[in-house]
Amino acid sequence: MSIANKANRLTPYVFMAPAAIILAVALLYPIGYMIYASFLDWSPSQRIGEADFVGLRNYINLMHDAAFRESFWVTVKFAAVVVTLEMFIGVGLALLLDRNIKGMSFLRTIFILPMMIAPIVVGLMWRYMYHPTVGIFNRTLKDWGFEGIPWLSDSTWAFVAVVMADVWQWTPFIFILSLAAMQSLPRSALEAAEIDGASEMQKVIHIKLPLMLPVLIVTLMLRLIDAFKVLEVIMVLTNGGPGLSTEIVAMRIFRTAQEFQELGEAAAMSNTLLMVLMALTIGMFAYNKMQEGRAAKMQAMAAKGTA
Amino acid sequence: MPKIVLEGLVKRYGSFEVLHGIDLEMEEDEFTVFVGPSGCGKSTTLRMIAGLESVTEGEIYIDGKPVSQLEPKARDLAMVFQDYALYPHMNVAKNMSFALRLQRMPKAEIDAKISAVAETLGLTDFLHRKPGELSGGQRQRVAMGRALTRDSGTFLFDEPLSNLDAKLRGQMRAELALMSQRVKKNMIYVTHDQIEAMTLADRIVVMNGGYIQQQGSPEELFKNPANKFVAGFLGMPPMNFLDGEITEKSGEIFVQGQGFCVKLSQQKAEAARAHNGRSVTLGVRPSDLVYDPAAAEDQSLLVSIIVSEYIGAQTVLLCDCGGQKVEVELKSTIPIDRNGQLRFAINPDGVHLFDKKTEIAL
Repeated sequence: MSIANKANRLTPYVFMAPAAIILAVALLYPIGYMIYASFLDWSPSQRIGEADFVGLRNYINLMHDAAFRESFWVTVKFAAVVVTLEMFIGVGLALLLDRNIKGMSFLRTIFILPMMIAPIVVGLMWRYMYHPTVGIFNRTLKDWGFEGIPWLSDSTWAFVAVVMADVWQWTPFIFILSLAAMQSLPRSALEAAEIDGASEMQKVIHIKLPLMLPVLIVTLMLRLIDAFKVLEVIMVLTNGGPGLSTEIVAMRIFRTAQEFQELGEAAAMSNTLLMVLMALTIGMFAYNKMQEGRAAKMQAMAAKGTA
Repeated sequence: MPKIVLEGLVKRYGSFEVLHGIDLEMEEDEFTVFVGPSGCGKSTTLRMIAGLESVTEGEIYIDGKPVSQLEPKARDLAMVFQDYALYPHMNVAKNMSFALRLQRMPKAEIDAKISAVAETLGLTDFLHRKPGELSGGQRQRVAMGRALTRDSGTFLFDEPLSNLDAKLRGQMRAELALMSQRVKKNMIYVTHDQIEAMTLADRIVVMNGGYIQQQGSPEELFKNPANKFVAGFLGMPPMNFLDGEITEKSGEIFVQGQGFCVKLSQQKAEAARAHNGRSVTLGVRPSDLVYDPAAAEDQSLLVSIIVSEYIGAQTVLLCDCGGQKVEVELKSTIPIDRNGQLRFAINPDGVHLFDKKTEIAL
């Protein structure tokens, strides 16, 4: 093979090299570092080389750590509740607002504003609103003659409070994605349904939702992955408390590293969370692949039908 | 009693008026075809009848009942869409039975209906396939089947064949004609293809620019077009138009133009006599021009060939007649002198005269 030919074959790799290097430095290195750290008994005062290698001890500790199990359970509960609520409200809003009303584009922009606000700011904002005496919720309740609610100091209410804040911030995400999906639905199929005698509700149930399903599933997965990693809003609102009632895994990891100074254990927690999220992500990709495969099969069959 | 009546139907989008007062009566069980170029308002009219577009002014009566304020489902109609509008996530059987399932018809009854319709349309083997797994022609059939299972009083077709290739289109056209004979219903069909209109219609409604230009049976419209637009729209190859002037010479009426002077038949002359000296457009279809070297000069056109298109048994010749273009047809076997001048006799009954300004038939 001539040199020129060899150079030609190498060209694509040369072009890919910068991306590969960045990927290795910025992604693989930290993950590898974290995996390695999870096998160490390591405190921040030590250099990583000085830490003792303890094998799987950190992971075994996790299994027996009631606090971690509790925070894992809180995370699952939190993710399930917020994503369910957000899906219902987001898709519902999209169904309601999928029409031509004057000023609709302005309204839509308003609706997606919460998503654009930095999470820390969202946390602060809601903390003021939840304030037991000067917060708008309790002031309003008291104006109406009700008792104030211990928003952030009661363990049940604290969970409700963080759920509300998250739903407020992330429903728009589902709203815009489902609205986009809805507006790309085939108009004529909906008209055909109208002629076939479907009411608005029947159109939603029999035509719109089934056709939006692929987008909804991907949206759901994305939100779920995100909900598992939520940190800032909860940190600002409750700092995980009262007790462990709102201490989601990300919070627990943060505290294990910062307060308890057990970097190895924190790394082991991160890896556990990573594996859960990885499973979700792989599930999402597998679903996409399945869809693509089915579409390809359909097209192939249709092409054969024409021939 | 006429089954469907349109009364002063107007459609405006904002201040832009696209339909300017459509009046039309369709007899019971009639196959009505709206035909016209893109943007003439034919689809809008159909969609207003279907209830998919609101009526700005005027009224639609079905069986004497005003329906313009009713939902589509209350109008008792079925519709076949241009892109078929099948439900992509349902298989063929589910697509066809959707309306029946919404009506909560018993399952056994639905199954019987579906299998009967599938049988007539040759879809029995595809009932469990999804639309994505069908070819264009099969999807077209499913769309047709979905309308048929409904058993509605009125069928609406919005350019149902325009997405098919030419061969399939011809085949489906024939099947549609057969179906319309078997299923006696009101059928309203929109197309821009004048051949579909001519072959399928009991009544053709020619539209242009938001107005009805003319309506009547295909034969009526072909023989007696009300204006130059209708004359030029129906018929293939289209009618030839030559500018001229009506003149009277020793009691006879002629149309005289660049390179031709044609004597009108007794009947045409009577109508034209009152317009002596007026500028007119002479219309004559290619089929009314016959190659005849021995034809009388005032009964024929003398032309020279510009382009000749061989299409098998026939050859279509685009010719020049005194600076104006004329299309003629000729049996391909007839030997002609391609470089010389050819004389084509005019069928005296095939002469149409239109006012040059208003384009209305004289």
